[in-house]
Parts: sequence; structure tokens; C-alpha cells
Amino acid sequence: MTAGTAPPAPPGLRDPGRGGGAAGLARRRYLLRLLVRRELRARYQGSLLGLGWSYVRPAVGFTVYFLAVGVFLRMNESIEDFAVFLFSGMVLINFFTDTLHAATRAVRGNAPLIRKIYLPRELFPVASALVSAVHFVPGLVILTCGAVISGWHPSPAALGAALLGFAIVAVLGMALGLLCSAYNVFYRDFEQVVDVLGIVFTWSVPMIYPWTLVRDTLPGWALELYLANPLAIAVSLFQRCFWSPGTAGDFEFPPGIVRDGLIALVLAGALLAVAARVFDRKQTRFAEEL
Amino acid sequence: MTTTEPPSSPHAAHSIVIEAATKRFTLRHARSIREISIRALRRRPLSDTFNAVDGVDLTVDTGSTVALLGLNGSGKSTLLKLISGVMTPDSGRVRVRGRVAGLIDVGAGLHPELTGRENVYLNGAILGMGKEEIERKFDAIVDFAETEAFLDTPVKFYSAGMFMRLGFSIAVHTEPDVFLIDEVMAVGDPLFRRKCRQKLMELRHGGLTMVIVAHDLPLLRDLCRRGIVLSEGRVVFDGPMEQAADLLLEQRRNRQLRTAGSRLAAQPTQPTTST
Repeated sequence: MTAGTAPPAPPGLRDPGRGGGAAGLARRRYLLRLLVRRELRARYQGSLLGLGWSYVRPAVGFTVYFLAVGVFLRMNESIEDFAVFLFSGMVLINFFTDTLHAATRAVRGNAPLIRKIYLPRELFPVASALVSAVHFVPGLVILTCGAVISGWHPSPAALGAALLGFAIVAVLGMALGLLCSAYNVFYRDFEQVVDVLGIVFTWSVPMIYPWTLVRDTLPGWALELYLANPLAIAVSLFQRCFWSPGTAGDFEFPPGIVRDGLIALVLAGALLAVAARVFDRKQTRFAEEL
Repeated sequence: MTTTEPPSSPHAAHSIVIEAATKRFTLRHARSIREISIRALRRRPLSDTFNAVDGVDLTVDTGSTVALLGLNGSGKSTLLKLISGVMTPDSGRVRVRGRVAGLIDVGAGLHPELTGRENVYLNGAILGMGKEEIERKFDAIVDFAETEAFLDTPVKFYSAGMFMRLGFSIAVHTEPDVFLIDEVMAVGDPLFRRKCRQKLMELRHGGLTMVIVAHDLPLLRDLCRRGIVLSEGRVVFDGPMEQAADLLLEQRRNRQLRTAGSRLAAQPTQPTTST
């Protein structure tokens, strides 16, 4: 479609309004890039701090948790380098909630366009997720600096763990984001649901406290359930990369997190495939519902 | 998605093929659980459906210009949305050949916060152009829109005329195979309207397939030889533009009489001084 103007052999008849999916995205990647750029500028449009907000929000969250849990509840004393421990989970969970929040609103937010011009509708949630990925970068930079200060030395195994953790969160966030953005067209409740779940995501992973507390409190089956959460696995993997190498190394991670991480990634990928199918079926009714 | 077909296909010379297309709309009266339960208790329907487009069969020859006519609510715009792919038919089939660009509500893709320059790129990409293609046509687009001086101003500061000129210019420069035009000529200054008209004439001679929805009958008479009149989602006339225009005028008169009649019936004592 992007190729030249010279009239080629007459194209065949096709169904308009079919042309989404991964192939559609690949064909419209230039538009995807422009949409990402537009949203990057629009997200903090008209605010004094601009992109600075993507630093302020995690900084405030971090400070609050660090003071309340690290200092007042003395998590500082039981976990070495608690600041790095906390922040390595936080950047990942922020990335996840941010992706889900933005993707869920993506289709509705582009209603005027969707009502008038046919585009592969996947473009909108995918662009939102990519914008969230861009906002994830400053947090990662700060995390790396903090880790280095507290004596971090990267190793291939550690970086592999971080990559796996990131992949789980990105794929899962995209899959749920696609589903929520499609259903949000029909039931606006999904925006609220996603926001309410944000607090659940924050506290249901070993980010503010170590997983060993859960192990020592809950019965075995509940621990299994807790550790089956792909987000919990991803957070542990990130801590394995950015926090554990800088410590004395006596912290015990949940057994088999790399294996569980790989399983979680495969399942998240399967969910993404299902979500893409569901989105594709639902999108035929977007224009009339919006 | 592109289906190859034998050259002997009955639709070899058609750019738009619509077969028994029906689009049903659902009007939901209740959205929340509270509203739904109240309506259910009172045994009132939760939703009504109606066919905005009802079993339409239509083919448009490649390179021809067709006018879609009809009163408000006759299904013209819905039909155009089916052709553009914005909506999909509930039954029947709609197929098109080549790139379809819609001039449906000019400036739909223009983003108010972005500058004119950025919008040329974004809107061009939305309408299906690639980066190189936009760069090649950039000057032509800006020239035609006459907005050079405001290229780096956010579009929200544009006057309505400038806004619509830019939108129109980007759309006509996408060089689509099928061009759908919905009510564009309603805005803009007379000078630019004439320019648009000229451009559309030019495109028509260039072999472009066009479907035009407008209330501007003189324009349609100039541009189209074939007119299709829709009423309540069905094709009631398909033939020479002149006759189609006459039929539309007659429909308009009938409706005016009907509304005037019902007004009289509602207020029998009121003297009929209204125009």
C-alpha cells in the first residue's frame, strides 16, 4: 500500500473493513509510528512539567512506600538494599498498570476517527502500549543507576531474567489491554475495573514485601496460587536481575522462577493470540457502538 | 485479503460490488443495570432495531461517478460507511477494488493540537499513504490548501475554512481508486468551493471511481450521470441523474407537506403564516 504511484495491475475485489491483525499493523507501521509520536506529545499536553510527570509519578509512589514500609514498618532492616528491591518491582508494575490503563481507553479515545475512517483498529491499543513502553525507559534508567550505586554487577543470567520478566509483563499487558479496549466500547465499566485492579496488582506481588512473608503466613495451596501469578513471577525475575546481585546473595527466590517464567510467557502469548481474535471479531461493531 | 479472480469475472469492470447488504442498528434504551431492571419490570423493550440499509444491491463501474441521494435518515451515510469499511454489513456482502479514501466529514483525521505540517503527515498516513508518498506530495497538498503561512501553527488555531481546505487537500491527494465524498461541499468559502469542484471534475476525468453524497443538487448534476435514490434503507431509483434529482425534489416537497400538515393538525387554531 505504501509502494509507488504507478498504476499496477488492477487490484482484486476485497472486503473493506477487513485488514487488521498483525499483518494490518505491519502494513501500517508508518502510521503506527506517527500515532505513538502524537500520543507521546498528547499525554502530558498543556502541563508545566510535560514528560517530567513520567518521573514524578513513580518518584512519589516510591517515596511513600519507602517511608511507610521501609522505614516505619522496618522492611529496611530485614531486606538489604530495600530501595532497589522496591523499585525493581515498581517500575515493572507501573509499566503494566500504565499499559492496561492506556490501552483500555485507546479505542474510545479515538472514537471520532474510528467512526469515520476505516483503519486497522488494533493500531490504537498497540500505539498506547508502545507509549507506555517509552515511559518505562526513564524508570529503567533510574533503576539501573540505583542498582549500580548499591554494588550491582550485571551477568548474562541476570539480564536474561530481566528480559523474561519484561516480556511476560509486556505480552500480558498487551493481551489484557486489547481485550479491555474492545469490551470498553460496549461497557464503559472496564475503565473503572482496570483502575480498581491497579491497587490489587500493586499488593498482590512481592514488590513491597518479600514473598517469604507469604510463605510463612499462608497455607501451601494459597502460596501456590500466589506464585502462579505471572506478575509475581515477573517481579521476582526483575529482582533477581537488578537487586539480588548487589546484595550478600542469601535471599531465597521462589523455586524454579525461570521455568515458571517461561511457562507464564507461553501462556501470556496464547492469551494474546486469543485476545487478538476476540478484538478482531468485536471491532466490526465499533463504529456503531461509539 | 486481496482475492485474485479470473478475468472473465462478472465484476471485472466494477470497483464497488454490493450484494444484498443489510445493516441493522440497535437502539439501546437502557445501559446500566438499574435502567435495565426498571425497563424489564415495566415490560418495556430494552432495545429497538431498525435496518438503516436494507437489502441493497449495487455495482459501480470503475471510473464512474455516482450520486447517492435521499432525505435525511434514508441510509446514504450508512451505505457509504459500509463501502469504506467503517461498518460491516450484518448480512450480504460489500466488496471494493483498490484503495478507498473517504472524504467523510472533512478533517476527521486532523488533530487540533498538532501543527498543519504534522497533520499532513498524520492524516496522510491515516488515509493510507506511506512516508515517501506524503513527502513527494507535500508541496502539492500545501499549495492546494493555501495554508503555507500557517504550516507550523497548531490546527486548532485555523479558521473553519482553512481547516477544511487542508482536510480536503490531503484527501484528494491520496490518489485513491475509490473516493467517497460525504457532504463536503457544505462548508468553505465560494472561491474554494469552486476549486474543489474543479478538482473533482479533474479526478473524474482521471478515471477515479467516486460516490458522492451531497444535498447540493447543481453540483451533483454537474459531476454525476448516474443517481441513486435511497429511501428507508432501500434503493428506490437507480438511473439518470436528472430523474434522480427530480425524484429527490419531489420527496422533499412531500415531506414538507407532511410536516406542515401535521403541524396544522396539532394546532388547528394557528393561522398558517409560517413559510
